Amino acid sequence: MVFLSPDRTNFGLLARFARRRFAPNRYDLVALALIGLVAVLIVHGAQEMNLPLANLHTAPIVLDPARLPEYALRTTLRMFGAIFASLFFTFAVATLAAKSRKAELVIIPMLDILQSIPVLGFLTFTVTFFIGLFPTSELGVELAAIFAIFTAQAWNMAFSFYQSLRTLPGDLDEVSRQFGLTPWRRFWRLELPFATPALVWNTMMSMSGSWFFLVASEAITVGKTTVTLPGIGSWLAVAIDQKNFAAVAWAVGAMGVVIVLYDQLLFRPIVAWADKFRFEQTASEEEPRSWFFDVLRRTRLLTHLGRPIAALLASIPVPRAPRVSFPRVGGQRTARGFDVAWLLAVIAITIWAALAIIRYISREVTLHDAVTAFGLGALTLSRVLVLIALASVIWVPLGVWIGLRPVWAERIQPVAQFLAAFPANVLFPMAVIVIVAWRLNPNIWLSPLMILGTQWYILFNVVAGAAALPNDLKEVGGIFHLRSWQRWRDLILPGIFPYYVTGALTASGGSWNASIVAEVASWGKTRLEAVGLGSFIANATAAGDYPRVALGIAVMSVFVIILNRTVWRPLYAFSERHFRLD
Amino acid sequence: MTMTLERPTESNEALVEVRGLKHVYGKGGGAGLLVLEDVNLTLRPNEIVGLLGRSGSGKSTLLRSIAGLITPTAGSIRVRDMPGDDNAHGVSMVFQSFALFPWLTVEKNVELGLEARGVSAVERRKRSLAAIDLIGLDGFENAYPKELSGGMRQRVGLARALVVQPSVLLMDEPFSALDVLTAETLRTDLLDLWSEGRMPIRSILMVTHNIEEAVLMCDRILVFSSNPGRVIAEIKVDLPQPRKRLDPAFRALVDDIYARMTARPSGPPTSPGAFPGMGLGMALTHVSTNTLSGMIEALAAPPHNGKAELATLANELRMDADELLPVADTLQLMRFAEIEGRTLRLTVAAKRYANADVDERKQIFAQHLLAYVPLAAHIRRVLDDRASHQAPATRFRDELEDFMSEDYAGETLDAVVSWGRFGEIFAYHEDDDRFSLDDPA
Repeated sequence: MVFLSPDRTNFGLLARFARRRFAPNRYDLVALALIGLVAVLIVHGAQEMNLPLANLHTAPIVLDPARLPEYALRTTLRMFGAIFASLFFTFAVATLAAKSRKAELVIIPMLDILQSIPVLGFLTFTVTFFIGLFPTSELGVELAAIFAIFTAQAWNMAFSFYQSLRTLPGDLDEVSRQFGLTPWRRFWRLELPFATPALVWNTMMSMSGSWFFLVASEAITVGKTTVTLPGIGSWLAVAIDQKNFAAVAWAVGAMGVVIVLYDQLLFRPIVAWADKFRFEQTASEEEPRSWFFDVLRRTRLLTHLGRPIAALLASIPVPRAPRVSFPRVGGQRTARGFDVAWLLAVIAITIWAALAIIRYISREVTLHDAVTAFGLGALTLSRVLVLIALASVIWVPLGVWIGLRPVWAERIQPVAQFLAAFPANVLFPMAVIVIVAWRLNPNIWLSPLMILGTQWYILFNVVAGAAALPNDLKEVGGIFHLRSWQRWRDLILPGIFPYYVTGALTASGGSWNASIVAEVASWGKTRLEAVGLGSFIANATAAGDYPRVALGIAVMSVFVIILNRTVWRPLYAFSERHFRLD
Repeated sequence: MTMTLERPTESNEALVEVRGLKHVYGKGGGAGLLVLEDVNLTLRPNEIVGLLGRSGSGKSTLLRSIAGLITPTAGSIRVRDMPGDDNAHGVSMVFQSFALFPWLTVEKNVELGLEARGVSAVERRKRSLAAIDLIGLDGFENAYPKELSGGMRQRVGLARALVVQPSVLLMDEPFSALDVLTAETLRTDLLDLWSEGRMPIRSILMVTHNIEEAVLMCDRILVFSSNPGRVIAEIKVDLPQPRKRLDPAFRALVDDIYARMTARPSGPPTSPGAFPGMGLGMALTHVSTNTLSGMIEALAAPPHNGKAELATLANELRMDADELLPVADTLQLMRFAEIEGRTLRLTVAAKRYANADVDERKQIFAQHLLAYVPLAAHIRRVLDDRASHQAPATRFRDELEDFMSEDYAGETLDAVVSWGRFGEIFAYHEDDDRFSLDDPA
């Protein structure tokens, strides 16, 4: 478990001295039972994953609620597989970027671009590769699905870790260097603990975000390749195809149960535990709590079993760096020379890669297609902007109202986060039914689906911002009896602005990603389509038209990058400069 | 730069020897900021040596060079081990900000250095508990730093530095983040441990900007000049321990050090880039106009009546030397006061200022600002000459950076902006980083 630093076994120091206290207590029973259950489930699920590929065709998805726990398990394992992959990626890539200037030069812009590529874009191009890796086993398809989920999770985690590493507190860095900590120990003692709170939060966000792409990554249809992996996503796809309302409801219920379970058994304990890593020297007023964490803390046997493991981790022999520093060979001029050469090489490779992509696309795609794609991109862009504006008009006042009332904020905040985790695509069939029944224009009325799942980011960020408004400023507003408009202009809006920008930025990115799923919705044989870049990519994917998929994805990335650079980043910088409360 | 760690042959040989140390921050060429030049230092067993100087005198850089945290541009540093039963060796450091890991308990924090040296868990625990006990924190082994007061946190920092048995303890302004009472208690406790020989260390080298603290604790004080940092005086403190602050000999020594620290450096500037010249390239310290006014008022009022000893002022106003001296310097620069040896004397203009009302004060301040601060006059002239009466601040920032490093240029411009605003000789707009003549009034 990667979150565990060697220090987590500090609980119950007294226990060290009293031998009889090694005996398990009732908390051990609870914890052992739960941990044992999870272990059995993981082994079972892993065995299933390795069945022959033919098994998928002989045993299609059955909409029988008795099978649902099994499907839910498979889905959960996939998501956690992806999370582990993301963590591994984060530790490797973000660390490299933070430690090496040359690597940073390549990795950071690359992450920025990868972030803007729609998740489903990756799936199209990788599924054949992964199936090729394990032609006879389900494992290949599993890996393709896990990879797709990974692409929905990894980038923001890597960014968060990189930022933490770049902002390590200077004095702690000096202590570590002065004592000559090895890189390995430094990672466990300084870097990982410092980065943990932000990383945990980002991991939770990633987990929430990836539910949305579950249906697409489990029920894969790329050209002639059609695979349906056992899981909640596939169940949902089949249920929608068969117009089975009850089955959709079952799937929604199962998702809810899974989300609550991993939230209670995994994320809450981790958040409660990670609270000690928050970098501040004063005690916080309110500590996050978790019943399962309390159970784990009170266990005796487990605490003692954990200690040797922690000790082992800490003592992995890594050669110690020499205490005495030597003058650097060459000096700064040569170092700069290397930098320039490296930069030139990177630029050359980038140009070569761009040319290769253009050549690949231009073999079958004409300039006319490209112009069309850009036009469709503009349509989707206008949808995204209008929807963000609409969602802001609705959620900002509501969020402020909630945030200014601590009792409400406390209750609503987890609900909003749950809603953000909840895959909005299960509601798409309703939209199709309504649009068909009332003969609405799908170009307009399919659009709200894009923001259905992402609007909550605006809400809970605004709630957090309003709740964080300093009390003295609110009191000043009260003393001078500020009129409501003045109160909004001078107190509330500046106060929540940085939070709002964060929320709107996330919502905007999510909406672009969602457009591929949201601009095409179906219920049974009924299929509605809105004209836009999302449906362009979705159609090209279904037809197995790779050059057009590539074109669509490239155009969407360009749009997202331009929107980020021209709107969100300047807003972010502006709010950092003007509205920081400190 | 060479750095070696070796065992000495004789017990009275120097523990730390610094020869010809030079350090340039920033770019490798001549454009960098020269912080240390030709610094020599010898630390012998059984002494506490204080490094005293204003901010920017490179004393922390020297300390960090000895700790191996910074690789100086030139010069040599030798750290020697002491022979003996307890194999004390190397250096260890106490930080101004305590630098405790908030996610580790007191015990784990103390064990950090031992862990890095590969000491076994049992031995680690034994030694860290002993260190915690020595420093008076037993009972707090399992506390996290956030549960401790500032003074207790610094005790943890001290225990962490001592537990690795260094021969030299380096301390970087160890008491300056503490309140007066806590700092005094900790100083006394440390001196007690030192005089009773209960700490494994052989010598202490501490950086401070508090003159009284240096006189109270040190056997020898090295006074640094700033820009660039050089040792301008070495003072032996022969007063017997425990020293009393009110002892006339103690006071005389403090006064003497004040005088040395305010003395203008003699000799030609060695680096035109970093040395505060008298023209446009004069580096200014951002001192608030409120502080300047307050100091003028305090000096003008009885019992001083326009003249006071710096040490007395510092004591009365509860200011450290590195807080007081920039104020005195700025007053002198604007001809509001003159520094004569250890005393600060108000000028006629300053006495007028002290009795004036706000508008009159602003007028006097503006006159002096334009007359004696070349940068302020320069900005005003440019604004007057331009038809639009506006100029981007980057223009002046670039001009300043021809003379000094980016940081100094930033602080200098900040100082002029704040003084110019008070004197109402120009306006500055933060939003678009520009100066203008338009007066908000």
